[in-house]
Amino acid sequence: MKILVAIKRVVDYNIQVRIKPDGSNVDIDNVKMGVNPFDENAIEEALRLKEKGIATEVIAVSLGTSANQDVLRHALAMGADRAILLETDAELQPLAVAKLVKSVADREQPDLILLGKQAIDDDAGQTGQMLAALMDYPQGTFTSELQVEGKEIIVTREVDGGTETLALTLPCVVTADLRLNDPRFVKLPNLMMARKKPIETINAAELGIDVNPRLNLLQVSEPPARKAGIKVDSVEELVDKLRSHEGLLA
Amino acid sequence: MKILILAEHDGHQLNPNVRQAVSAAQFWNSPIHLLLAGHGTDAIVQSAASIEGVERVIQANEAHLAHPLAEDLTSLIVSISEGYDVILSAHSSYSRNVLPRVAALLDVAMISDVLEIKADNTYVRSIYAGNILTTIQSKDPVQVLTVHSSNFTAMDLNGNAEITAVEAPASFDRTRWLSEVRSQSDRPALGSAKIVISGGRSLGSAASFEQVLSPLAAKLGAALGATRAAVDAGFAPNDLQVGQTGVVVAPELYFAIGVSGAVQHTYGMKDSRIVVAINQDPDAPIFQVADYGLVGDLFEIVPELTAAI
Repeated sequence: MKILVAIKRVVDYNIQVRIKPDGSNVDIDNVKMGVNPFDENAIEEALRLKEKGIATEVIAVSLGTSANQDVLRHALAMGADRAILLETDAELQPLAVAKLVKSVADREQPDLILLGKQAIDDDAGQTGQMLAALMDYPQGTFTSELQVEGKEIIVTREVDGGTETLALTLPCVVTADLRLNDPRFVKLPNLMMARKKPIETINAAELGIDVNPRLNLLQVSEPPARKAGIKVDSVEELVDKLRSHEGLLA
Repeated sequence: MKILILAEHDGHQLNPNVRQAVSAAQFWNSPIHLLLAGHGTDAIVQSAASIEGVERVIQANEAHLAHPLAEDLTSLIVSISEGYDVILSAHSSYSRNVLPRVAALLDVAMISDVLEIKADNTYVRSIYAGNILTTIQSKDPVQVLTVHSSNFTAMDLNGNAEITAVEAPASFDRTRWLSEVRSQSDRPALGSAKIVISGGRSLGSAASFEQVLSPLAAKLGAALGATRAAVDAGFAPNDLQVGQTGVVVAPELYFAIGVSGAVQHTYGMKDSRIVVAINQDPDAPIFQVADYGLVGDLFEIVPELTAAI
């Protein structure tokens, strides 16, 4: 079984992003970047399937500028066998990402494509479903448990109000929830070794895929901040305050 | 111009968020059709038809639609999509699973979790866990979007839409529905509760999470919520998680108890009307978004509060 894992390079989740002084976009210059956390769960799951002897090869793919080599190196250091960079300067939206990953999947013919369920920068949560649609594959989104049984993958999905379990015929697309697993820490020697592994680079422009943004960014702004209220000194005072709002406490 | 809304239900009841999706769709001032896909859903179709502002309810009633598989719902929507300029739904795990798949097959972008509709093709949505708002304009001929339901006032139930039937395409046979686990609870649903009481890691254990918060929830008729840290520590089930990757709530009253206030959590509750924070750490960021803060030991304060209300 061959697994393709698509990973996105995003601003580190601990960093609070700011808007550029000219208000044109968010300012991510010189900000710490890393693998999208959900994509790390996707890599981890692929590696566990390999360690169980179910998967034979794990390929990581990322899209963007040469800066994306760092997240691919991270995937290699975690244990991925190979890495592919679809190199482009273009601003990529989910539909374009799905089309580009499809081009790699068409070539590599993986049995399973794993992605994070959403990226923590744009919070769109679309790429996996779009890719599944374009490939005409079954999809298992928001997956917190996964088991391969013969020609099927049994996925447990986190849905509002509970969970749902589906059987997907391979090949298929699965998107990872944070609860799927705890990604391993990368050890320094592995990181050093990963530096020596080759990253195949494909010029995305040569694939002839329309990646033009469909959505124009008109404006960025900060949301109106919730104002900090007051500190009360006692439960009694708190209850008084709450009762002062009509209908709040029935 | 016509609008199609994917109407969410659980096989028994229409989700209240459908009324909010219809409210959002009023923006276009155009005929609104609801698609109700399921099996044995006549009663749900009737309640959908009673939503004010809906012109038509399209019922797809097939055995293979008994469970909402993205593959089947997508082929159904795509099969009837011609003539619709907007395809939308309330943002939830139901719609997030389906509509990106629809958008890809229509070769259009999707706009997730729209907070505000500014113009026919211009929307406000947040990025970076709600820290930044973006205004975006779609260039596509069909707009596929989900809306942030708590930002839209639910429509009344005095409508009388016509009901039509549609035949669904054959089932996608490579995905099988096996089972589901629905959280059993006498408490109101987290997403629509008027009062939500959320606990963080400071609760210490699953037992004390339940022991400390349940009596207060019972007294107030509130739903329980939790931070990701509390869920990961096993104090509360996954579906109680409030935040960027969990449920987004906007109740009248929100209690954050032993919650530090990471942005990933506050994303999920910052639209609440009144926020109360109880935390031992006077510098906890949760106090920055709370209307009323009380510093102290939650194990003493919460029982006292329960007794006082």
